[in-house]
Amino acid sequence: MYMVLAMIGGVVGGAMSWFIRLELAVPGIQFIDDFQFYNVLVTAHGLIMVFFVVMPALIGGFGNWIVPLMIGAPDMAFPRMNNISFWLLAAALILLVTAGLIGGGPGTGWTVYPPLSNAEYHPGPAVDFAILSLHLAGASSVLGAINFITTILNMRAPGMTLHRMPLFVWSILVTAFLLLLAMPVLAGALTMLLTDRNFGTSFFDAAGGGDPILWQHLFWFFGHPEVYIMILPGFGIISQVVSTFSRKPVFGYLGMAYAMVSIGVIGFIVWAHHMYTVGLDVDTRAYFVAATLVIAVPTGIKIFSWIATMWGGSIRFDTPMLWAMGFIFLFVVGGVTGLVLANAGVDTAVHDTYYVVAHFHYVLSLGAVFSIFTAFYYWIGKMSGRRYPEMLGRIHFWITFIGVNILFFPMHFLGLQGMPRRIPDYADAYAGWNMVSSFGALVTALATVLFFFIVYRTFTAGEKVAANPWGEGATTLEWTVESPAPFHTHEEIPDMGGRQPAE
Amino acid sequence: MSKRLRILAPLIATCAAAGSALAAAPEPWRLGFQAAASPVMERIEELHNLLLVIITGITLFVLGLLVYVALRFNEKSNPVPSTTTHNTVIEVLWTAVPVVILMVMAVPSFKLLYFMDRAQDAEMTIKVIGHQWYWSYEYPDHGDFTFDSFMVPDDELKDGQPRLLAVDNKVVLPINTDIRVLLTSDDVLHAWAVPALITKLDAVPGRINETWMRINREGTYYGQCSELCGVNHGFMPVAVEAVSKEAFRTWVKTAKKEFARADTDVDTNLAQVAETGTGAR
Repeated sequence: MYMVLAMIGGVVGGAMSWFIRLELAVPGIQFIDDFQFYNVLVTAHGLIMVFFVVMPALIGGFGNWIVPLMIGAPDMAFPRMNNISFWLLAAALILLVTAGLIGGGPGTGWTVYPPLSNAEYHPGPAVDFAILSLHLAGASSVLGAINFITTILNMRAPGMTLHRMPLFVWSILVTAFLLLLAMPVLAGALTMLLTDRNFGTSFFDAAGGGDPILWQHLFWFFGHPEVYIMILPGFGIISQVVSTFSRKPVFGYLGMAYAMVSIGVIGFIVWAHHMYTVGLDVDTRAYFVAATLVIAVPTGIKIFSWIATMWGGSIRFDTPMLWAMGFIFLFVVGGVTGLVLANAGVDTAVHDTYYVVAHFHYVLSLGAVFSIFTAFYYWIGKMSGRRYPEMLGRIHFWITFIGVNILFFPMHFLGLQGMPRRIPDYADAYAGWNMVSSFGALVTALATVLFFFIVYRTFTAGEKVAANPWGEGATTLEWTVESPAPFHTHEEIPDMGGRQPAE
Repeated sequence: MSKRLRILAPLIATCAAAGSALAAAPEPWRLGFQAAASPVMERIEELHNLLLVIITGITLFVLGLLVYVALRFNEKSNPVPSTTTHNTVIEVLWTAVPVVILMVMAVPSFKLLYFMDRAQDAEMTIKVIGHQWYWSYEYPDHGDFTFDSFMVPDDELKDGQPRLLAVDNKVVLPINTDIRVLLTSDDVLHAWAVPALITKLDAVPGRINETWMRINREGTYYGQCSELCGVNHGFMPVAVEAVSKEAFRTWVKTAKKEFARADTDVDTNLAQVAETGTGAR
């Protein structure tokens, strides 16, 4: 169900981004002449992709399905809590879409910065609806996080110590802790904004002694861990897939696990690198530069460990492996532009330009989304009992890979030339690369249509798969149960005592 | 993609380095920064070029490894997988080497950061105030006059004025002068940005932010609001006209006559606020 929600979210959010790209294809106003509507599209695209596509797919979808299977548990610890956490999310999505349709919509960007999001500049209920939607999505995430932590800490099969857990389980565990710690901060900030808007408080209103920058600190204290919440499960998935198709255990298992833990910890102390131009003290900026650069170290460990896992392996290039290798390369491209952005000096030049847009689409749209596709092709056999069409899967990969690069790479150039984010029309000089970028969006759209066809073919014409379609490389527990996995799995508790670390 | 990157990376470097082309506005199909026109921008370009070499190197290195692994260790060429899972030496190496690379990046980065923070002894000050959706400027050191700067709409553009970038009143500033820029906002967040001069700072209501710039060459420099500020966010450009010091003095004389003084302007603003009242909120 999470997957279905994520797909619906994906279609809605994707459609919005295609509207944006169409509008930006050539200079001048194409068909969006209400710029508030344009801002609403930008806002809703961001919120939907983050909260209603990537998070439900990776955490809700694959996390809920695969984690119990991997640790030898029959199901999640609190199935009913899981249920309410799903329906809260569905309600949140409806609220958010409603927000976009009433009172002019929230044209604030997904960051909802006051004063623009205050009642004075956004009268009407749209922003209130968006806030409530995020509240519900946050509550849903916190419940989900509690469920995961309980399940992973208490329901592992005998002999599966923490250091024998598959890396995907590790990644979900770290993600759950991030959610648990970050979401309440967002909830607090959102509540303050809500009372600012409706009950005359002035937490973020300078006229009443408040400070709009306070919102940014609170938002990004949540927002930066949120970035890792979206990408860490992806790291876990890539580790499983790379190991399976190289027919080799993961290289440097402990290093991989603790790299994720340290990314999670450092993720909490770098938030102000989103705020280099708000007028922070120069020493503060210097600290955040240093802290942000440090994150590159554990991330580098992960990249090199994946390559070392493949090194000496016997690699089979099935569709999931193609996506995983695509992920590694694109994530590196997104990561190194992150290194550039980490330097407050250079960031001043490219802050709030398309360079930043390119950067976070490389790590999220191409990182997180590629890992979602990796996981889809890897586990769909286990989830549906049917195999996806291999050839179409590979074609899907190559079209997407080419499309997204045409789409996002030119944005670096636009950003260096100074094109700001979130503008519905641009100076004529930016026309060339915008045209290229919009063409890339078209290619990517075609790939997405193909993906839905693949889903359709898998469910209607896919051949039945055995318990383990991937052969000897797939050593984790989910491949020991039949496909599709029954509702209550591992009726005989697997004994992990004699096994190697599940690497 | 890989191919594109390989072809484009050196191109970006050359384009960024070729500062001789006098660009003060964005140019079609360019890959790098706008040509630098201030000492801060020159240093940023320098650091960026260093970073670009490093990150291109890293990317190509990883790409090379991926390609090598794919060719050498696929099912056909290496049917029996090895079972190695640990190698302490290489693990220490790939932790230590990135740390060294980061140090190489961090040192010039900190130098730049402190250099660009604020002017030691500014020779003049201008105040920039963001509004929905225009900028207003004040010259406190030159008689405290003020004026608003709106975008020129498409149908009123004259020859040579760039669409969406041209404004009715440009900010006129002298070249080779350390200029302190003070920024604030009247309503929501804005950001005052001029890429070729590399001033970019948020205008925050209730706060005064400070930065500085020094313009090397005469010319008109264009920029845009860089913080989402509502419906017409994309339509409040910045245009700086840099002139010689003498021309600036002449301009100040006429500007004093033409534009209102800032303090009277503030009074009328206050009066307006008092009239309309803020009780609505």
